[in-house]
Amino acid sequence: MADADRPWLVPLPPAARFVLQGGAAARAAAAVVWGVDLSDQPCRAIVHEGRATLWLGPDEHLLIDRGGDDEALARALEQTLSAVPHSLVDVGHRQLGFEVRGPRSALILAGGCPLDLHPTRFPVGMCTRTVFAKAEIVLWRTADDVFHVEVWRSFAGYLTELMSEIDSLLPRMAD
Amino acid sequence: MRLRTDGGGRVDRSRSLRFRFDGREYQGIAGDTLASALLANGVHLMGRSFKYHRPRGVLAAGAEEPNALVTVIRDDARSTPNLRATQVELYDGLVAESQNRWPSLERDLQRLNDVLSAFFPAGFYYKTFMWPRRAWKALYEPFIRRAAGLGRAPTRPDPDRYAQTYAHCEVLVVGAGPAGLAAARAAAATGARVILCDEQNEFGGSLLADRAARIDGMSAAAWAEAVVGELAANPAVTLLPRTTAFGYFPHNFLGLAQRLTDHLPSPVPGAARERLWQVRARAVVLATGAIERPLVFPGNDRPGILLAGAAQTYLNRYGVRVGERVVVVTATDAAYQAALDLKERGVDVAVIADVRARAEGPLVAAARAAGLSVLPSATVVGTDGDLRVSAITLGTVAADGSVRVGERIACDTVLMSGGFTPSVHLFSQSRGKLAWNDALRAFIPERSAESERSAGACRGVFDLAAALADGASAGQAAAAESGAAVAPSTRASLVEAASRSDEAVLGALPHPPGPVHKAFVDFQHDVTTRDLALAAREGFQSIEHVKRFTTTGMATDQGKTSNLNALAIVAGELGKSIPEVGLTTFRMPYTPTTFGSFAGLSRGALFDPVRTTPMHAWAEAHGAVFENVGLWKRARYYPRGGEDMHAAVARECRAVREGCGLFDASTLGKIEVVGADAAQFLERLYVNAWSGLAPGRARYGILCRDDGFIYDDGVIARLAKDRFHVTTTTGGAPRVLAMMEDYRQTEWPELEVWLTSTTEQWAVIAVQGPNARRVLEPLVEGVDLSPAALPHMGVATGRILNVPMRLFRVSFTGELGFEVNVPAGHGAAVWEAIYAAGQTHGITPYGTETMHVLRAEKGYIIVGQDTDGTVTPDDAGLSWAIGKSKPDFLGKRSLARASMRAPERKQLVGLRTRDPRLLLEEGAQIAERPGQTPPMQLLGHVTSSYASSVLGHSIALGLVAAGRARTGQTLYVPMPGGDVEVTVVSPVFYDPEGKRLNG
Repeated sequence: MADADRPWLVPLPPAARFVLQGGAAARAAAAVVWGVDLSDQPCRAIVHEGRATLWLGPDEHLLIDRGGDDEALARALEQTLSAVPHSLVDVGHRQLGFEVRGPRSALILAGGCPLDLHPTRFPVGMCTRTVFAKAEIVLWRTADDVFHVEVWRSFAGYLTELMSEIDSLLPRMAD
Repeated sequence: MRLRTDGGGRVDRSRSLRFRFDGREYQGIAGDTLASALLANGVHLMGRSFKYHRPRGVLAAGAEEPNALVTVIRDDARSTPNLRATQVELYDGLVAESQNRWPSLERDLQRLNDVLSAFFPAGFYYKTFMWPRRAWKALYEPFIRRAAGLGRAPTRPDPDRYAQTYAHCEVLVVGAGPAGLAAARAAAATGARVILCDEQNEFGGSLLADRAARIDGMSAAAWAEAVVGELAANPAVTLLPRTTAFGYFPHNFLGLAQRLTDHLPSPVPGAARERLWQVRARAVVLATGAIERPLVFPGNDRPGILLAGAAQTYLNRYGVRVGERVVVVTATDAAYQAALDLKERGVDVAVIADVRARAEGPLVAAARAAGLSVLPSATVVGTDGDLRVSAITLGTVAADGSVRVGERIACDTVLMSGGFTPSVHLFSQSRGKLAWNDALRAFIPERSAESERSAGACRGVFDLAAALADGASAGQAAAAESGAAVAPSTRASLVEAASRSDEAVLGALPHPPGPVHKAFVDFQHDVTTRDLALAAREGFQSIEHVKRFTTTGMATDQGKTSNLNALAIVAGELGKSIPEVGLTTFRMPYTPTTFGSFAGLSRGALFDPVRTTPMHAWAEAHGAVFENVGLWKRARYYPRGGEDMHAAVARECRAVREGCGLFDASTLGKIEVVGADAAQFLERLYVNAWSGLAPGRARYGILCRDDGFIYDDGVIARLAKDRFHVTTTTGGAPRVLAMMEDYRQTEWPELEVWLTSTTEQWAVIAVQGPNARRVLEPLVEGVDLSPAALPHMGVATGRILNVPMRLFRVSFTGELGFEVNVPAGHGAAVWEAIYAAGQTHGITPYGTETMHVLRAEKGYIIVGQDTDGTVTPDDAGLSWAIGKSKPDFLGKRSLARASMRAPERKQLVGLRTRDPRLLLEEGAQIAERPGQTPPMQLLGHVTSSYASSVLGHSIALGLVAAGRARTGQTLYVPMPGGDVEVTVVSPVFYDPEGKRLNG
C-alpha cells in the first residue's frame, strides 16, 4: 500500500487520564503507583508499557493509561498522594487522543501548529501544550513520524476536519 | 512576429499559446508573461492612468510595473484585478482585460480629465468637493467612489482553496538573483535548513537577462541553473518560486505568498491556488535587488517609453524586441549594455542621450565602438505621439545649466535609465534603519533590527562580482549566526563582466524656460512635477504630508518607481537635503496579496471550531433548533408539530413548572479547585464566604473584577475539605480560568492550590420540575434524594447507570431541580436513560430560550445580559451574597467607595407592562415622564424581556436608576409607536418565597 493511502489520522481508544499538579514529592509518590517516572525536564514524556507521563508545566503533568480503569487508578493514586500537597483531577473524558502518522505527519501538523517540528527541535519524546489553528492541543512525538495529539472533545471534530483539509492540499509525493 | 528574436531567452518558441486581451486574440509562446507576449505583438498600450486616463504602456518588466494593470478572468467567480501584466505568466487561453477605461483602451471617455487637468491639481478633491455640504452624499461621494479604485473585485464567492503552513529554517533568503543564489548556496553548504523564495517563476533574477556576463566560465543564466540544481538536490533546502515575501514581522517571522495554480491553463480541481508560508527564520538574508528609476521629463509617460533594463529583460529573457527604432536616454552605464544588446539583435538604436556631462567608461567605449552615437550632456525637451511615442525632442545642457533645444528624432521606443533604487521594503518593514548614501543617491540599509542582513543590489552593491561575493558572505554569516556548523568558505565565483559606475540622477531633467508639459513622477497615481511643486508651495514640509496631498507613492505599486524622484523634487522645492525631507514608511504587503491566502481554510464550516455537547446528536434527532453561544451550539428549543419558537417555549416552560424538564447544561464552565488552601483561594476571589461551606454543600458565587463590577457567576460546590467544583457561565469559562491562574501564579503564589478545567470532563443533565425527584430516584445509586438528605444546594457523589456521578441539587428554574454530572463519554447514554425514565412523568426536553424565561420569572440574572460590566452585586440585588465579615475579596475596596454605594445607582428591577400581552424590546430605554423628545433624561434600560406562559403576562427585567426605591412607580419606555407604560415591580415574578425550590 502506498504511504499516501495508509490511514494517517487514527483515533485512539479511550484512556484513563489525570492531571497531576504538585511539587517533587507529589511526582515521586505518583511515580510509585503509576510505574513511570514524572519528568523534571520540561516538555518531555516518559512512557512505559502503555502508561505515560507528560510534562506540561513545572508543577503539572498529564498521566495517560491506554485502556486503564480510571476509578481504580484514581483511588490508588489518591491513597499514595494523601500525605503530600497535590491536585489530582480525572480528565479521562475531557479530551480525546489521536495519532497523526506517516511521512507527512509533521507537514500536516505544520498546517496548524506554529512550532518547529523538525526532529532536532521536536525530538521523539517531546511533548507540549500548543495550538492547532484555533484549538488548544497537547502534542507529543512518540516516534519519528508518529505524533500523539490530545484535544478537548468538543474541538475534536474541528481538529480532524481541518487536518483532513490540510492533508488534501499537500502536494502528493510520487510513491 | 517580427518583434520576436530568432533564438535565445527563456522561452520555448515551439509551444505557441493563444490568449485574449481586451477581446482581441493574440499569440504568445511558452515562457512569456502577458506583457512580453503583448510586446511581441507590438502592443505597448496596456492601461489608462488613474486620474487623467492617459494612455499608458508597459514601463517595467517586474513587480514594480505601475501602468500595465490588468484583470485576468478565468470564469464568473475567478477574476483577479490589478495584476501586473509583467508578472502574469501566459497560459493557453488566458483572458485579460485592461482597467480604468471606458468604453475601450483606445477610446476612453474620461480622457477628458487630461484635457481638463488644469482643474484637477493635487489635492483638488479636498477643496472642490466641500460645498455644498449636502451634495457630498448624493453627488460627490458616489462620483468619486466610481472614479476611484483600480479594477473590480469579483462578486461571486471565491471557489478556490488556499493552503497555509508554518515553516522554520535557519536561513531564509528572499530573492534568488545573483546575491540570493550565492547566499543560499553558502548557507546550505553549512548543512543549515534554508528556504529560498523568489516572486518570479524562475530563479536567477537579473542573471536571466544578462547575456554579457560570464560566471565560472558559464553564461549568467547557466550559472543560475547550476546553482539551483545544486540547491534542489539538498534535502535541507526548500525552494519556493512564484513566492512573494510580502511582510516582515517581529522576531524574523515573515509572510510568504506562494502562487501555485495561477500560471496553469485551468485550475487543478481540489488543489490549492495559493499557499501562505508563515516562516520563522533564525536568520534572514534579504537579496531583494534594486528597481530601475524612470527619468522625469515632459511627456515621459507615452506608451513605448520604458525602462532600459526592462527592454533588456524583454529582449534577453523573453526574446522580444520592444521596438524597431529606439532612443536611449540614460544617467547610467547599465543602459549602454541594453543598447548594445538591442543593436546586436537588429534594433535601430538612433542615439544614446546621456544626461551626464561626461560619458565615459568601458560600456560607453563599447557602444561607441559598435557605432552607436552618444550624445552627452543631454536632456529631453518633449515627446510626441498619442497611443505610442512617435518622436522625442532632445536638448543639450550647457555648462551654465541652460538648455538648448536640439533635434526631434522619430522613434517608436524610448528607453530610460535614471539609476537604481535598492528594494529596501522588507528591510524597512523589519524596522531596520536606513541611511542616505550620497554617492549612490539612494537610501540603503544601515542597521538591522533583526537577525537579518541585506546583500547585493538591495544594499547598493550593484556590480555583479561584488553582489555574488556579498551574497555568499551574507549567507555564510547568517548560517553561522543561526548556529549552523561553520562550513569551509566557498570559493569566490569568477566573474567576467564590464564594470559600471554607480552614477545616477534624481528628480526632473533640466528643461528650457517656459511652461513644462506634464512630466510624470508617479505613473500609477498621475503625480507630476507640478503637483509636487504645488504641494511645496501650499506649505507641506514632510514627505508624509506631501504623499497624502498629492497621492504620490500610493496605490498598488506603493511608489516603487517613483518615491525617490518625488523625494528629490520636493527636497529641491523646499531647499532641503533628501534625508532632511525623509522617507515615507514602507508598508506590507510588498505587492498585493489575496484575501484568500490570509483566510486559508478558515472559511465556512471551519471558520471557527463548532463545539457540540455529548447530547448534541440526540438533540438534533429530536428536532432541536440550535443557537450559537460562543463557539458552542446549544439547543434553543425543541419545536413539535410545526410550533414556532413562541409556542414551543410556552409549552416547554409549562412542562417544567408542571411536570419535569430535561436540559443540557454541559457547556457551563467547570473548574476543579484543589489544595489545602482551596477555600482560602475562593475567599479571596469570590464575594461570598466559602470557609464555612461544608463538604456536600453548594453556594451561588459571584466573581467581581477588582473594580467591583460583576465578572462572572455560578454555583460552587465543596466536594471535600480541599476540593471545590466551580461552575462558570458558558462564555466566561476560559477567561475565569485565566483570571484565576493569573491571581494564583502572580498574586498568591504562597497558596497551596491548583486549578484544572473540567468543563469537558462532565456532561451535565439538568432535571427540573416538581417530578424531577421521581424521575431520578429509580436511576440513582448510592444517593438519598430525599429533601432531608439532599436539600436545595446539596451535592452528593454516587452512580447512575453504574457510571460515576456528581449530583447537584440546584435550580436555575425555581423548581425542584437536579443537575446530573457524568463523565462526558457517558452523557448521551445517561441522558437517554433519564428521558426514558421520565416518560411517565411528562419529561420534556427544553432549550436555552425556555431556560432564559424560567430564570427571568425568578429574577435570576444572566451575566452579560442583565449586567454589562458596570453592575455591582448590590445593583443586581445580590448584596446578600457578599461575605460581610471577610477581610478582603476581589473588588471589596472598590465597592466601599461612596459612588459605588450611591442610592441613585442603576438597580435591577422587574417591569410589568400595563398591557399584559405587550412585550418590551430588550435594550429599550426607560424614562421618568411620558411624551418627552430627545434629548431627554433616561433612567435606564430593559435588559431581559419575555412572554411568560406560566404567569399569563409579559415580564421584563431592567436596570433603572434608584430602581428599588421606585417599586410601584409608573415609568415610560419610549418606542417609535409611542410611550409604553410600565410599572416597577420586584424582579422575582414567580414563587417569591421559594417554596417550589425547596420542595
